[in-house]
Amino acid sequence: MKVSNVPFQGTAEQEAKLIELINEHKGQKGCLMPILQGAQNIYGYLPYEVQKIISDNTGIPMEKIYGVVTFYAQFTTSPKGKCEISVCLGTACYVKGSAAILEKVEEVLGIKEGECTDDGAFSIESCRCVGACGLAPVMIVGGEVYGKITPDDVPGILAKYR
Amino acid sequence: MKTIQDLKDIKNQKGAQVDIRFGGDAEAEKTYILCCAGTGCTSSHSQDLMANFRKLAEEAGMSDKVEIIPTGCQGLCAKGPVVVVYPGDVHYQLVTPDMAQRIWDEHIVGGTPVSEYLMKEETTSGEDIPFEESSFYNDQVRLALRNCGKIDPENIDEYIAREGYQAIAKALTEMTPDEVIQVMIDSGLRGRGGAGFPTGKKWLFASGNRGNVQKYVCCNADEGDPGAFMDRSILEGDPHSVIEAMSIAGYAIGANQGYIYVRAEYPIAIDRLEIALKQAREYGVLGKNIFGTGFDFDIDLRLGAGAFVCGEETALMTSIEGNRGEPHPRPPFPAVKGLFQSPTILNNVETYANIPQIILKGADWFNCSGTETSKGTKVFALGGKINNTGLVEVPMGATLRHVVEDIGGGVPNGKKFKAAQTGGPSGGCIPADYYDIPMDYENLSSIGCMMGSGGLIVLDEDDCMVDIAKFFLGFTVSESCGKCTPCRIGTKRMLEILEKISEGKGTMEDLDKLEELAKYIKANSLCGLGQTAPNPVLATINFFRDEYIAHIKEKRCPAGVCKALLSYTIDADKCKGCTLCARNCPAGAISGEVRGAHVIDTEKCIKCGVCMDNCKFGAIYKK
Ligand SMILES: Cc1cc2nc3c(=O)[nH]c(=O)nc-3n(C[C@H](O)[C@H](O)[C@H](O)COP(=O)(O)O)c2cc1C
Ligand code: SF4
Ligand code: FES
Repeated sequence: MKVSNVPFQGTAEQEAKLIELINEHKGQKGCLMPILQGAQNIYGYLPYEVQKIISDNTGIPMEKIYGVVTFYAQFTTSPKGKCEISVCLGTACYVKGSAAILEKVEEVLGIKEGECTDDGAFSIESCRCVGACGLAPVMIVGGEVYGKITPDDVPGILAKYR
Repeated sequence: MKTIQDLKDIKNQKGAQVDIRFGGDAEAEKTYILCCAGTGCTSSHSQDLMANFRKLAEEAGMSDKVEIIPTGCQGLCAKGPVVVVYPGDVHYQLVTPDMAQRIWDEHIVGGTPVSEYLMKEETTSGEDIPFEESSFYNDQVRLALRNCGKIDPENIDEYIAREGYQAIAKALTEMTPDEVIQVMIDSGLRGRGGAGFPTGKKWLFASGNRGNVQKYVCCNADEGDPGAFMDRSILEGDPHSVIEAMSIAGYAIGANQGYIYVRAEYPIAIDRLEIALKQAREYGVLGKNIFGTGFDFDIDLRLGAGAFVCGEETALMTSIEGNRGEPHPRPPFPAVKGLFQSPTILNNVETYANIPQIILKGADWFNCSGTETSKGTKVFALGGKINNTGLVEVPMGATLRHVVEDIGGGVPNGKKFKAAQTGGPSGGCIPADYYDIPMDYENLSSIGCMMGSGGLIVLDEDDCMVDIAKFFLGFTVSESCGKCTPCRIGTKRMLEILEKISEGKGTMEDLDKLEELAKYIKANSLCGLGQTAPNPVLATINFFRDEYIAHIKEKRCPAGVCKALLSYTIDADKCKGCTLCARNCPAGAISGEVRGAHVIDTEKCIKCGVCMDNCKFGAIYKK
């Protein structure tokens, strides 16, 4: 199994929360997805160690958990930046030039989509439609939605999060 | 726990005041300020705006005379945040939080609407027309969206004031399950999730053996088509209509558990659904022994996790079961063996939103609108190169021209309409030649396109059809679940060929190869994803073959999109030698003397376009 290069730094508090979450759902039909979603909220990602806790406490085999984690785009096995940037590449945004926005973000931060800056501050990803198509092209930075932007706006927006 | 009479009382008490927003003529007891709190407008700070209004009301001691109501999407996302004030039906557009003060002072207190802020439609002739006279306002028929943008989705009483939960009451007390199914069949309602399967028939298939076996009712709120937001808007604006319809479905087939599978990327919709479910349980319109009739029905939410294939019915059910969302072969159909191996029906959000009114008003009320084979209305999410981006609902059979030109306000910046993309990654495009085609299920499939779930992206002359085909195929390649070879590998090969063509390295044989592969993938894939993945390519080759040929033979992208085929040149006559472009060029590809004409070294040029974007003299062209 692929283990992330970043050392796992889960706290006892996080683990207690996870166990509580597991106990809440354990035994229900189809409980794995809600548990994984909750676990990702707690840790920000789903490294081997977290999957193992889930497996040990639910009795669901590791290979099944790993299979599910890697199937869905929402789950990630490596940590994201403190500030997550997500550029919408849904159709409405794409035809309004969001590919150029993504390129600009990559250029400004010097990393590619799917990567995290060395200091762990920013990570970039693309997504498919956040439902704000009326504002296309759309980019989300640290949970804040920026709409109707041009590549020229990008450096200014990112500067706010440095 | 409320009785049917309690609901009627709530409606009698509140109804007239809510009806004011729907053209009712009761004397208004208060001023109502409706602020859109859908995803689009929330992104533009409508929450701060509402907070400002609330503060103003409090400071003026008028909290009991003015009600500030958050609503779901009102439709015109392009002009958001949108505010509507009743009485008077006064619409304001692009309302920033600091505009609250003037609206408060002059309109709410002073009684005169702020004319500068009023919503208006910019027409191509340059003259603005008041919103109330626009086609956007007048030409829509809102059935599925009847409450969206007009009621507070977080307040069950407002839904009840709009006849909410009367349909389930009627079904439970006046109709047998078979009668409910018969009404659905007679109404002619077809699934709005894309395939257009008759809803009543689907329910009929799952209706056998009621009471003896566990069954499930599911709602598909995965809304996978990127750029479509009909279902999200309904969930955000009128979640109770979906909940009520699911219980009607439960009664009809004999199920007592429902699941809503909703995209995790829709946090506001999830929030509103959770609130609505909680309120419905408190009122006893969901849960055990509904209205004392002995009918039990409850609903759980399940969040998707970002896999397009999970919109496919068998994959969706596998995902709810907690597995990788891979489709199964059908048969067995879900009506026989679905979720947890039990008979299951799955309908789309918009399909459900139509149902309570059909039960209340009858099949004939519904099936008199629309076309011969497609009844009722369809909600479209207008996006792309169109003025009124947003959500519209029109009768089935409305022409594309009417939707784009009249309701959608046409293509911006004086550009020409080129095509409309519908059906997302499974669909095709409707070119300008078919601008007057009445849009219904059959007409669209007859030209190799599809109704899809309702995403309608308008493309103009600056969009390259090869690039659009490549965009959608890129999407399916990354979303294919990989279970079967034609889809997993075939789509990848098609994408590679498209990439070759867009780089000017394609040959005419490649076009034939694309068509051949497409045929093979469509015939041999297991699920709808693979079976429809080639459609965007086939449709663009069919309608825009010239454009493909220009890429292949002339190594030219007519729309000027495909980067590898672009070249930037400086018009020596117009260049003033300001040196700006040379300084801006990240590749150092531009040279020239101060005040002398500059030139671009095409070998070095990386085609970023910075020079052209910034030239003050319009001296740089791309070809
Ligand atoms: C790959 C794929 C993706 C789909 N995505 C959706 C979706 O996002 N929403 C939806 O309602 N139906 C989607 N469908 C259609 C569903 O499988 C199903 O037909 C539909 O939800 C049934 O509801 P309806 O009869 O009310 O339309 C998709 C189908 C396929 C093959
Ligand atoms: S057609 Fe594609 S998405 Fe569907 S089962 Fe096969 S590989 Fe998976
Ligand atoms: S396509 Fe970007 S928000 Fe919908």
